[in-house]
Amino acid sequence: MKLPRLFTKRRHWSIPYAIFLFIFVALPLLLIVVYAFQDSEGNFTFSNFTRFITNQESANTFVYSIGIAIITTLLCILFGYPAAYILSRKDLCRSSVMVLLFILPMWINILVRTLATVALFDFLHLPLGEGALIFGMVYNFLPFMIYPIYNTLQKMDYNYIEAAQDLGASPIKVFSKVVFPLSIPGITSGIMMVFMPTISTFAISELLTMNNIKLFGTVVQENINNGMWNYGAALSLIMLLIILATELFNDGEDRVSNEGGII
Amino acid sequence: MNESNFIIELKHISKSFGDKVVLDDVSLFVEQGEFVTILGPSGCGKTTLLRILAGFGMADEGEIRIEGKEITDTPPHLRPLNTVFQRYALFPHLNVYDNVAFGLKLKGVKKDEIDERVNKALKMVGMTDYEWRDVNSLSGGQQQRVAIARAIINRPKVLLLDEPLAALDLKMRKDMQMELKQMHKTLGITFVYVTHDQEEALTLSDRIVVMNEGKVQQIGTPTDIYNEPVNSFVADFIGESNIMNGTMIKDKLVSFMGNECECVDVGFGENVPVDVVLRPEDLILSAKTEGFPFQGTVQSCIFKGVHYEMIITTTTGYEIIAQNYKPFEVGTLIGIDIEPSNIQVMKKERLFNTFEGEMIDSTHVKMLGDEFVCNAVPNVEGGEKVTVKVDFDKVDLQDNKEDGTIVGSVHFILYKCDRYHLTVHTEDGENIYVDTHDVWDDCDIVGVRIDPDDIQITLE
Repeated sequence: MKLPRLFTKRRHWSIPYAIFLFIFVALPLLLIVVYAFQDSEGNFTFSNFTRFITNQESANTFVYSIGIAIITTLLCILFGYPAAYILSRKDLCRSSVMVLLFILPMWINILVRTLATVALFDFLHLPLGEGALIFGMVYNFLPFMIYPIYNTLQKMDYNYIEAAQDLGASPIKVFSKVVFPLSIPGITSGIMMVFMPTISTFAISELLTMNNIKLFGTVVQENINNGMWNYGAALSLIMLLIILATELFNDGEDRVSNEGGII
Repeated sequence: MNESNFIIELKHISKSFGDKVVLDDVSLFVEQGEFVTILGPSGCGKTTLLRILAGFGMADEGEIRIEGKEITDTPPHLRPLNTVFQRYALFPHLNVYDNVAFGLKLKGVKKDEIDERVNKALKMVGMTDYEWRDVNSLSGGQQQRVAIARAIINRPKVLLLDEPLAALDLKMRKDMQMELKQMHKTLGITFVYVTHDQEEALTLSDRIVVMNEGKVQQIGTPTDIYNEPVNSFVADFIGESNIMNGTMIKDKLVSFMGNECECVDVGFGENVPVDVVLRPEDLILSAKTEGFPFQGTVQSCIFKGVHYEMIITTTTGYEIIAQNYKPFEVGTLIGIDIEPSNIQVMKKERLFNTFEGEMIDSTHVKMLGDEFVCNAVPNVEGGEKVTVKVDFDKVDLQDNKEDGTIVGSVHFILYKCDRYHLTVHTEDGENIYVDTHDVWDDCDIVGVRIDPDDIQITLE
């Protein structure tokens, strides 16, 4: 029996994915764009954007969110890099279980982890607020920083390290002149995995600050929850553009040494 | 006071990885300005030795000195030597200039001087005008040149080269060999070169160190090594050769291939089994057969450019390889002779297998990690330590590993013109030496059987 042509041609196999992508990715994006340029009656307008620029509160939240995202990312690098370095060194860390333990949180739902953090703060009688927010963010996103860095470090050709030693580099110089520069693609990947989600997160801020601190993600979510779809869509679009800009910036860097990152 | 003139002294270096002995009591002395090549098949320990010298691995035992100063425990960055790595190991995040300048920048040399020395080093390796190129955009040969420049710019006392030409194509390799030789002359630095390519070693070196199985087999000039190999391994590894069993009848008289020949070797004793090596180019071939000590039929004749290479079966049943400027037709009977001085006689490393064993009862002996049935030994209760002797041709190899008492893998195959001499590694890490007419391949897994009649037991 001959199968219908539709199944035999290999490129036809991609059709289900194309449909999926269209319905769940392309169409929603398109809707966001359309909604962003409409008022509640459905007329074309720029008012959603002018409202964002003129509305002091939204703009402030936006800047504040980016600030929090930057702090979170920096802290993730600060804690994540040494962890990744230790994990990647066979002489320092023999067990692959250790790697697993660091990666494990990535598999647990973000809400579960955050609720657990709230419980922990409660238990220790620590106040919820900005400090708790940053703690929660770092705790949640740290694995996403560790993993790509670990990946680049682990794949690094040991010959480079030996070559540096051979040319007279002390262990510190080996790190600063060779290991660190070569691990930058991993750091870049890590930044993308941490910085972008932190801008748009709202669950963590809601739970860990008792809804006292609003992040940009929270504002988007509130607007949409309250039926202000058009303004919410405009804010989403602004956020998407920021993410896109970071992506393009990273892309330029990645192409130079495209080794080891996971994006 | 410095007693020796040696720039490098390696004394009794041993190294094991787990159970596997990689270097077994290796000693090596290198003079200032020498070009020394460490030559051996893969896994012979040559790279490990170089790494120990460079400081990337520590020896379990032994002592390393450079210019009389002990550096056994010195970390690599404080050793006065530089390495050219097999796969170049150029830093991918730096361009050619920064790669070459890496060592000087670390030492805090002034910028003007760095500029000058980088230019000089790049000129030396023929890479001027490549300073600002990305190293990934260079070809293999160019990368290797940069790697050499990066190493010599530091003016090391010794330059270590770990198979630096292995990844290059033949033409490029030949060119680079000449350049390296030239560079060695100009720089006056001591070169320690590691390779598995015997031709490269013969071309480049002042002295060659032949290694196998973690041991130094022979140290000597290329001519020495080629003309006077000390054992069948060296003879087989360096150049083409016919190696066969022979008997030293008395001084200056040796018997092989079914005839007796005059030779120049003395001091072996009388009627002693030896290995005889005949280089293919030393065989004198003639269309006449009368008056020649050996006769043989030409089996094949291949033109090799300069000479013809022929495989000849002698009337006494030996298959030998010969090189001659004149071809002989396949199937013709020809006469073969050899000059006495071209017959290389070597002492045999061993005449039979010797194993340590322990009696289990009067008809069973435990050796090579298993129980073997043997002929009844009188007055034995079990537990006695014994020495077991087995002749090379009495070891039976089986295709099917279940058919053998123990399992081994064929490791080193030496063709001895009328038989193969194999080294079989047992799972216990012991070696069994086997003479056979059957063809086996390297790494074949075989079952090993020994007939009870052939197990000769001596009580200790």
